[in-house]
Amino acid sequence: MKAAAVFLALVLSSPALAQSPAKSGAPAAPKIEVAYTQFTLPNGLRVILHEDHTVPLVTVNVWYHVGSARERTGRTGFAHLFEHLMFMGSGHVKPGEFDSWLESAGGDNNGSTTNDRTNYWINVPSNALDLALFLESDRMGYLLDTMTPATVDAQRDVVKNERRQSYENRPYGQASIVLTEMLYPQGHPYHWPVIGYMDDLTAASYDDVVAFFKKYYAPSNASLVVAGDFETAAARRLVEKWFGDVKAGAQVEPMTIPGVALVGVQKKTLTDKVQLPRLTIAWLTPPSLAPGDAALDVVGDVLAGGKNSRLYKRLVYDLQIAQSVSAGQNSQALSSYFVVQATPRPGHTLDEIEKIIDEEIAKLQHEPPSQHELDRSLNQIEASFYNRMERVGGFGGVGDQLNSYYTTTGDPDWFNEDLGRYRALSTSDIQAAAAQFLPADRRVELTVVPESSTKK
Amino acid sequence: MRTAIVVIAIAACTALSAQQGPDRSHPPQPGPPPTLKLPAIQKRQLANGLPVWVVERHEVPVAQVNLIVFTGTADDPTGKFGLASLTTAMLEQGAGSRSALEIADAIDFLGADLAAGSGFDASAVRLHVPVARLADAMPIMGDVALRPTFPPDELERLRKQRLTSLLQSRDDPATIGALTFSRVLYGTTHRFGTAAAGTAETIAALSAADLRGLYDSAFRPTNAALLIVGDVTTDKVLPLAESTFGGWQPRGAAAPAPKLPAVQQPARREVYLVDKPGAAQSQIRIGWIGAPRSTPDYFPIQVLNTILGGSFSSRLNMNLREKHGYAYGASSTFDLRAAAGPFVAAAGVQTDKTADALKEFFVELNAIVQPVPADELTRAKNYIALRFPEAFETTGDISRRLEDMLVYHLPEDYFAKYVQNIQAVTAADVQRVAQKYIQPNRFVVVVVGDLKTIEPAVRALNLGTTKVLTVNDVFGPAPAVPSAGQ
Repeated sequence: MKAAAVFLALVLSSPALAQSPAKSGAPAAPKIEVAYTQFTLPNGLRVILHEDHTVPLVTVNVWYHVGSARERTGRTGFAHLFEHLMFMGSGHVKPGEFDSWLESAGGDNNGSTTNDRTNYWINVPSNALDLALFLESDRMGYLLDTMTPATVDAQRDVVKNERRQSYENRPYGQASIVLTEMLYPQGHPYHWPVIGYMDDLTAASYDDVVAFFKKYYAPSNASLVVAGDFETAAARRLVEKWFGDVKAGAQVEPMTIPGVALVGVQKKTLTDKVQLPRLTIAWLTPPSLAPGDAALDVVGDVLAGGKNSRLYKRLVYDLQIAQSVSAGQNSQALSSYFVVQATPRPGHTLDEIEKIIDEEIAKLQHEPPSQHELDRSLNQIEASFYNRMERVGGFGGVGDQLNSYYTTTGDPDWFNEDLGRYRALSTSDIQAAAAQFLPADRRVELTVVPESSTKK
Repeated sequence: MRTAIVVIAIAACTALSAQQGPDRSHPPQPGPPPTLKLPAIQKRQLANGLPVWVVERHEVPVAQVNLIVFTGTADDPTGKFGLASLTTAMLEQGAGSRSALEIADAIDFLGADLAAGSGFDASAVRLHVPVARLADAMPIMGDVALRPTFPPDELERLRKQRLTSLLQSRDDPATIGALTFSRVLYGTTHRFGTAAAGTAETIAALSAADLRGLYDSAFRPTNAALLIVGDVTTDKVLPLAESTFGGWQPRGAAAPAPKLPAVQQPARREVYLVDKPGAAQSQIRIGWIGAPRSTPDYFPIQVLNTILGGSFSSRLNMNLREKHGYAYGASSTFDLRAAAGPFVAAAGVQTDKTADALKEFFVELNAIVQPVPADELTRAKNYIALRFPEAFETTGDISRRLEDMLVYHLPEDYFAKYVQNIQAVTAADVQRVAQKYIQPNRFVVVVVGDLKTIEPAVRALNLGTTKVLTVNDVFGPAPAVPSAGQ
């Protein structure tokens, strides 16, 4: 474990960069660095502190290294249901007080669950850091002290309504659930949706909550980032004070993942209450940060990023036979997938659209994109690194990014290395990624058709 | 109590050793709130009179540049609803010597974001760009804002895209609910009763001459302002602003400011049901016409709404989500526009609890006119006031605050006094505005859901006159979208 404190300069806003002449093409690449201090508490909690005095705010950001991939068949959706329970009070915080105390201090909070991890953040004015750390540490250490079956029941109903609102009652909402079922076989930890199946949400019990907390919510399976307007030494003392008494738990064993590959072309058609059909084509691709992952981000841009991208230009702009098209790499820890999705205009068919998608992918597989297409994508990716520096808290803020990089690479300040993955790409890398990872004969084709069209 | 602020020095806490464990018997009380150093606004003017406001922020090497034009969708003339929205969308589809594709390629290549669009009360062209590329991006923004060419084939392309979007919006119960609510409150003649993009009929009818007409009368330096926020210095960025926008001259005569028609509040409660067969949830919208942005009740309204449905711990959310589990969330909003926008309470609730949920909505709407307990009032005021710095974090955030200031003619010291104005709101103020703006007996109730399941129970509540509307009643007939080649 890294316990040594490392200080780096934040050179993002160096005057040299601000005043460098803006030539077309890639300007001299500035180095992105984010200063931080890192230490590990005796109970195993990894802590990262980052000062930023732009506005008088601090964010407390925790990643638990558990997501829906750790669930078992029959209890899907549990990691996310558990996330909801983390806001329901803890040993020294009665139900409702977590939110009401934070609101009284001008704070906001939220959490989210993916296949791979669960994250939580609290944003508060800098005078309320002590309160935020108290609340965050109390639920890490003492969640079960106030947990009751009634609490679980209440959030079970809320989560079922989240599922209804976000999937069942949303146009095309079922497609994203069916897509991963088609990509990953029964028993693979990415087969089921993060939101879970209704029956499994019904079955989740209070005993499951106790077991899940004990197994996965130990400080040694979490990382804490505090970022914003504070002095590092003082914040470190507060973190040690509030998290020091959280008991260490058992080590979590690494996941053993069944290998996964698609065989042939798998097709499925769903009906939905929609006006227009929709085509989704997907491939299994390398995990996040593995070779090919960054190149596939650029493949997504070349195919469907902006008006001049190949699929958008042909389908939506020139031919005007599609209303929308998207393409991109969905990066995940164990296995990723690349998705192309298009919705035809009224009067046009999925077959017309699919033929052109296939032509454009085949073209990219046989001939590298132009240097201009690659540079256009890289310049946008580089700009996104700056844009992501503007907010310290919340989802995607600097604190969340430090925790993300720490979780996936062991290095919170992996910004420059991440950007380096893209800067190293050549046009032939893009061609090679398209050729290797988007085969025409091993993929999933999911279509959604309007209900009325099947009744005819 | 939570109202008392106790100052505890950080040093006092650190004496505790980790073994002993911290005192968890009481939550730590925050010290005095930090003061936000409000960004200094440099106010200048270009040769043609265009006001320029610059805010320097040097933390991240990016810049935000917004050209605001004080004409919005609320100014659309009758029969041409959707005009402002389509006009601004067309700005990027051809400008100066560049085609739509060339504009998009140049902007994407710079890693910039350029967007033109219209809100109710203003339109804007907004650029966000790494500051190293600002000088390259500004001339493109200048073309888009000042020299649009409105190519006919691009207009036909956008028209088809918008007709298709309109067709697709009929799929989404939340969109149907929102539009139904606006339509029954404001009717077909008031601009607020129709979607920003217009109807199938108006989208099909808007001509290039219509767009040019609006452009020429609205896009004028005397009806606009330029905002620049980011890693720039005022002295260095002004010449760039001058070379881009300083030569801008009006093309035609200014149009007289149109007036929105007068609109009556509902006299009594009315219920509108829209069928969405098989829907897993019912989308509920309840409310009436609220207040304009200029209302002297602005600060009490903010506090009232935070208590009622504007925060996680608000009454509507605690009731419908946390207590009953009927919904993923419930909220309320005062949509404050130059003319009075709606007040709306909203949720998506599970189908079999629709009537129960409606009952609970009215429990909370009726209760809010009673005096609000002191701790709830303090919590709401602190939630708004202490969170205020977050509204100034990014260059985009700051530019939006400046836009509000210009569009709604907010006083010079508006931001400086914001916190004290919120903190000055009393329980009596909240009760007064609750009685004025929350009159549940006169509210419109819209429910979009599976009528065969929900209608009997909703009617049994006897909320008021009940009408069933079809999606066509709300949107008009489904638009015909010409397919390619037609």
